[in-house]
Amino acid sequence: MPARQQLQTGSVLDGFTIGEKIHAGGMASLWRVTKPGIDMPIVMKVPTILDGEDATIIVGFEMEAMILPRLSGVHVPKTVAVKSIAQQPYVVMEYVQGTNLLKLLDEAPLEPEHVAQIGAKIAAALVDLHRQNVLHLDIKPSNIMLRDSGEAALIDFGLSRHMLLPDLLEEEFHVPMGTGPYISPEQVLHNRTDPRSDIFSLGVLLYHFATKVRPWGIPKFNRGLRARLWRDPVPPRKINPAIPPWLQEVILRCLEPQALNRYPTAAQLLFDLQHPDEVRLTERATRLEQSGFWTTMKRRFRSAALDTEQVQQISERPVTTAPIVLAAVDLSEGMEALAAALRREAARVLHFVPGARLACVNVLKLNRIGLNYSRDEQGRNIHVTRLVELKEWARPLGLGVGDVTFHVLESPDPGASLIEFAKSNNVDQILICARGNSNLRRYLGSTSTKVVAEAPCTVTVVRLPAAANEISEELEALEQAGTP
Amino acid sequence: MRIGFLSDIHSNREALDACLAQAERQRVDRFVILGDLVGYGADPVYVVDKIMELQATRDAIVLLGNHDAAAISGKIENMNQYAREAILWTHDELEKQQIEFLKSLRSSYEEEDRLYVHSDATAPDQWRYITDAAGAERSLRATLKRLTFCGHVHRPQLYHMAPLKPAVAFKPQAGTPIPLVGNRKWLAVQGAVGQPRDENPAASWGVFDTDQNEFTYLRVSYDIETAAGKIHAAHLPQILAARLYIGR
Ligand SMILES: Nc1ncnc2c1ncn2[C@@H]1O[C@H](COP(=O)(O)OP(=O)(O)O)[C@@H](O)[C@H]1O
Ligand SMILES: [Mg+2]
Repeated sequence: MPARQQLQTGSVLDGFTIGEKIHAGGMASLWRVTKPGIDMPIVMKVPTILDGEDATIIVGFEMEAMILPRLSGVHVPKTVAVKSIAQQPYVVMEYVQGTNLLKLLDEAPLEPEHVAQIGAKIAAALVDLHRQNVLHLDIKPSNIMLRDSGEAALIDFGLSRHMLLPDLLEEEFHVPMGTGPYISPEQVLHNRTDPRSDIFSLGVLLYHFATKVRPWGIPKFNRGLRARLWRDPVPPRKINPAIPPWLQEVILRCLEPQALNRYPTAAQLLFDLQHPDEVRLTERATRLEQSGFWTTMKRRFRSAALDTEQVQQISERPVTTAPIVLAAVDLSEGMEALAAALRREAARVLHFVPGARLACVNVLKLNRIGLNYSRDEQGRNIHVTRLVELKEWARPLGLGVGDVTFHVLESPDPGASLIEFAKSNNVDQILICARGNSNLRRYLGSTSTKVVAEAPCTVTVVRLPAAANEISEELEALEQAGTP
Repeated sequence: MRIGFLSDIHSNREALDACLAQAERQRVDRFVILGDLVGYGADPVYVVDKIMELQATRDAIVLLGNHDAAAISGKIENMNQYAREAILWTHDELEKQQIEFLKSLRSSYEEEDRLYVHSDATAPDQWRYITDAAGAERSLRATLKRLTFCGHVHRPQLYHMAPLKPAVAFKPQAGTPIPLVGNRKWLAVQGAVGQPRDENPAASWGVFDTDQNEFTYLRVSYDIETAAGKIHAAHLPQILAARLYIGR
């Protein structure tokens, strides 16, 4: 291996002028650097390689060097340059302007709304990361930056896993890889293939921010890590009664020892954090005590039987993809047949994808000028009426609470508000009706046309089969519109 | 430079042509043929001629496989019944010039940090299969080269081994470039061009980009009907045609 240059402020490496050292950790040091032609602020991360050549540090660096350049978007730092271990190893990336989440930890416990807001930002970052086939596997405050622009950016991919690339850390299996307080049960058991591990760690983080207490403390030895396999944490509301039941529900669901009992996807977690009223409350929400002695002993006994091989087998199962499906329900009169067709389509989609979640959305169209929308003739709140009608619409689907949510949006532009909802809730598929198969309507523009054109996801347009007379009507209309 | 790796063509003309066409789209500069040009399939003459041409015009490196060796020597003791029948048939089909070409092939080749071989590198002439991490480790320990490219098992699979660590297997996904990062050895087992056995009937091959240090496994569908039809027409064992459809 060629001799490595000792970095110091003022020296130049591959055209990068080394500036201030902003971090010196056991694994890596970070330097502000500049290079002519690069306008954004950038940092160079250099692994701390001492004489011993610690294999874990080298492999961690290789993983980060492999994964970072393959990631894009606002939730990660932009990669500028990567130099391999064979030469002088470093990664140069965007300097994320904002606050490291570790700084905020001093202020814990935070207001529950603030905790939920931070949680939503991190969940949004995880949605983006998982979509790019990467699991972070070391989610903790110091590895998260809150950008000045508002989004959370994830840093430090030294323990991460790219699902389409070999896991270079796989053979380092004699120690669980992660950070003591945050590591998920399956990581303790050497499974590095489950996106729900990141959801668990985020749960630990939210618990900590909401209570100022870590759910399993700071485990000193590997043995101490196993407690999370069988010991449930003290319910957060017992420590901080200001936490609302719905937030306790969300946090404890993230912290379920079995990944199967957690949120299936970061998008579903984000959904709940953004719609507190729609969170399905279970026994978790109101729990005020940890499980009793016998329950705990039973779980402990069972967890002792779990070995690495079993966990490996579980992880062979395909990664869960529980999607969020949006049904845009038009409740206006005369649309009953279409609404029923939409419901049939929803039933079909939900039947084929286990774990899917249905968001029923109705847009209350506002006139830009007249704001007298909030009460109808009978003085009942239209908003509430619509909610009731939405629930009525969905009833025949027989969905359990938590598998279906209801939303009445108010907007002068239904198409735009549906698209906005789909974007901010990471909707995977939109089901929407189109009135008649009319080309004339297409010229005039319709909500479904707009949604099809601009939605961030798959859109299924539901139509009623056109009767013969409608087709001839349409042809006539076309002729009148002057199209051959 | 982008090097295309083709292994286990097995006299399948349609599969070879499909891979070569995709190789043009993939901007492949050079080819390495990892052995078993013939055997099983019905177009041995076409395939050998095509590879001879690639060697003459595109500087291809061509290695010997066990079926090629058997087709030259007639030694078929170690083969199953279907393979034997196909080899005897192949031997009759080949003309002197194709036999001479197969005779000229070597069983392993090294360049830069790479080793090319048909099977396990511990003893290239023994034709041992690499089917698991232990087998990969044995082969990787037998070479000083950082990268090994081989075929023989008809199933694409990647192995990597860090210093002082056991080898680890990875199931690659076609079309995803994989960085073969330094500080460890890599063994890229190619799938078969002409007789895939990983339950995916599409022809299998791969590209290594020396500048990016990335390897990409690739799959391409080809005209199985025609290839299988010729096997029937040549009165070769029916099963050799049937297995092409199911990739087993
Ligand atoms: N791209 C970045 N932009 C801004 N700050 C960063 C960036 N990367 C790292 N940091 C800061 O440096 C600290 C350590 O970086 P990290 O990548 O987590 O290294 P380590 O492996 O030592 O934990 C982070 O907690 C963060 O405060
Ligand atoms: Mg860190």
